Amino acid sequence: MTSTVLPAAPAKVQEQWKLPDRGTIGIISLIITESSLFSIFVTAYIFYIGKSINGPYPKDVLHYPILATVCLLSSSGTVVFAEHYLKHGRMGLFKLWLAATMLLGYIFLVYTGSEWRKLIFQDHLTVATNVFGTTFYSLVGLHASHVFVGLCFLTLVMIITLLGFDMQTQLRRFLFLSWYWHFVDAVWVVVFTVVYVVGR
Amino acid sequence: MSSIDFPLEFPHEKPSEFSFSETLYSWVATVDHKRLGLMYITTALLFFVVAGIMASVMRLQLAFPNQHVVQPDTFNRLFTMHGTTMVFLVGMPMLAGFANYLIPLMIGARDMAFPRLNAFGYWIFLFGGLILYFSYFGANGLSGAGSAPDVGWFAYSPLTERAFSRGASTDYWTIGILTAGLGTIASAINVIATVFTMRCPGMTLSRMPLFVWMMLVDNWLILLALPPLSACQVMLMIDRYVGGHFFDTQAGGSAVLWQHFFWIFGHPEVYILIFPAWAAVSETIPVFSRKPMFGRPAMVAASVSIGFISLGVWAHHMFAVGMISMANTFFAASTMLISVPTGIKIFNWTATMWGGKLRMSTSMLFACGFLLQFLVAGLTGIMLGVVPFDWQLTDSYFVVAHFHFTLVGALLFGLFSGMYYWYPKVTGRMLDETLGKIHFWFLCIGFNMTFLPQHWLGFLGMPRRIYTYAPGRGWDDLNLISSLGVIVQAIGILAFILNVIRSAKWGKPSGDDPWDAWTLEWATSSPPPEYNFEKVPVVRSSRPLWDLKHPQDPDWKYE
Repeated sequence: MTSTVLPAAPAKVQEQWKLPDRGTIGIISLIITESSLFSIFVTAYIFYIGKSINGPYPKDVLHYPILATVCLLSSSGTVVFAEHYLKHGRMGLFKLWLAATMLLGYIFLVYTGSEWRKLIFQDHLTVATNVFGTTFYSLVGLHASHVFVGLCFLTLVMIITLLGFDMQTQLRRFLFLSWYWHFVDAVWVVVFTVVYVVGR
Repeated sequence: MSSIDFPLEFPHEKPSEFSFSETLYSWVATVDHKRLGLMYITTALLFFVVAGIMASVMRLQLAFPNQHVVQPDTFNRLFTMHGTTMVFLVGMPMLAGFANYLIPLMIGARDMAFPRLNAFGYWIFLFGGLILYFSYFGANGLSGAGSAPDVGWFAYSPLTERAFSRGASTDYWTIGILTAGLGTIASAINVIATVFTMRCPGMTLSRMPLFVWMMLVDNWLILLALPPLSACQVMLMIDRYVGGHFFDTQAGGSAVLWQHFFWIFGHPEVYILIFPAWAAVSETIPVFSRKPMFGRPAMVAASVSIGFISLGVWAHHMFAVGMISMANTFFAASTMLISVPTGIKIFNWTATMWGGKLRMSTSMLFACGFLLQFLVAGLTGIMLGVVPFDWQLTDSYFVVAHFHFTLVGALLFGLFSGMYYWYPKVTGRMLDETLGKIHFWFLCIGFNMTFLPQHWLGFLGMPRRIYTYAPGRGWDDLNLISSLGVIVQAIGILAFILNVIRSAKWGKPSGDDPWDAWTLEWATSSPPPEYNFEKVPVVRSSRPLWDLKHPQDPDWKYE
């Protein structure tokens, strides 16, 4: 006997055999791996708190980024609304809340940019100034780059919605993007705490 | 129904109706997991030969004292490139190749969860490897001090800082490996998604083949352990290019931080590397002992525990760095702890063989070689976990012997066991047993000639990475034996290459199931059709083909 005839799974069995969706596992795995990446940069930041030989020091130059934080955290809320309206087919409201999410994310990035401009040109803090500079720009920069990537994808979703593509069929994928966005927010909570609260 | 039954005629092969460029395109643009798996393995074998030649040159240089076969700088590049290539460009793609080829077949799926991501993973690994090797040509940089990286495969700072590593050689190391690492992470996401979401009906996690279990744990480790490597490499680039101070001691940075971050990656990495060998022999030992795996649940539990514990042992690579005693004690204890599940696995493989009807095919020979050599490797590892012992033997040839016993003695032998086992499935032809036995015995004898004496060289105080040594220290004879072993190993490897190439065209046709095995991949043709299975299979136990062949005594009655 050289070939074994396997029993084929009848249709009913195949229907009842429910496994998780591969996209869900994919995005969860991505979030886990990114968490591992961020935790190394956070560890480096914490390790170097108080170890700069020369100034400027965190307490001299860092101010709570209240507006930016409020914007980013509320963008997690607006994206949930967007999801809700997409699920119910209310495309106008979906686009509205999606635009709100994008605007809030954009404001966050603009704020980060202006904070960095102040730090670089007024306070003369760069990556090369001291270990505070190195770890600050690396960690906050890594986070901001993730916000940027998320914003790019949100923009892509907006563009294809405006072009008339039926986004309702892509609810699952929009959900994955919103999970990524929530992850980016959660990381900001950690970064905010470590850099602006603990580290000062 | 236990004899190997070969068909009388090999299915007639039609001359290909595709032109050369069409065939080439079909390989370059493929997303088929089987083709990508083969591409991974073939590329890995090519890098293996290159890195093996580097090792041969190093052993030639070290065969006699005070030799000048190569310059000291060249020697530094050789050991760096040898280590980096073997770990990142041989070990990791072998893992990806075996996983991508076999997992869908073993779980009754048509392909991986994300076929295009799979292709991305392969090509970015290849480009990363090519970037690393381009350093031989392109690394001169502004100071003209380049060429291949020479900082060791773990690239300790502050040697790697711009002040001490001029030219771009370190950057080629960083960027090449960073690039290849992205592919590995992509591959890990793919494997995890596939295993969790694409098993055929009836295949609960507890009924999955052990190969799939071990690859699952392995890829979880990759997900957690690769980002620290990418992180510290990005930090190194920030230091080198924009004046950062992550590892710059003069600005308050810490060079030891690199070691922590690197080994947080590096220790799980060596477990990541060895899991495929464990996966392969967990399939071959039962089949060639004609007995199901002893203690299957314990094997799964042990693998998962090793996965967890391996994330907490990293600083045993740093005992000599000067950490506080509390840290040394903690890491020594966790290293001891990880020996428990590892020992369970060795006992279970042995117990599987005990009382079984052993078939000493080449695959089984390699599995036996794996068992004995992995035992030695594990024991020397535990010895190194004793902190005062490590203080004497760190950075000596004892460590070199230990990790070559794990990486060559265990990993390579385990992978060869798998290759002799699955080659018939991949090609439809058997590998020649005579050449296989020549391959095994020459490799086994040569490997032990090279690496067993290195344990004593370590005891006698020979440090690693030295390019030559003075005569009269008692190191001369052992080094000579070690170097002569290379010749014996090379003959073995040549026999293997010859076997693979010859058998592809002239090997005995194998049929679907030459070994009378039990897992799903043996239920489809050899080689499998592009869609793997005609109909989605359903399984009731962990050995579906046993159930089919023995309907009066199926496994699901006992599981």
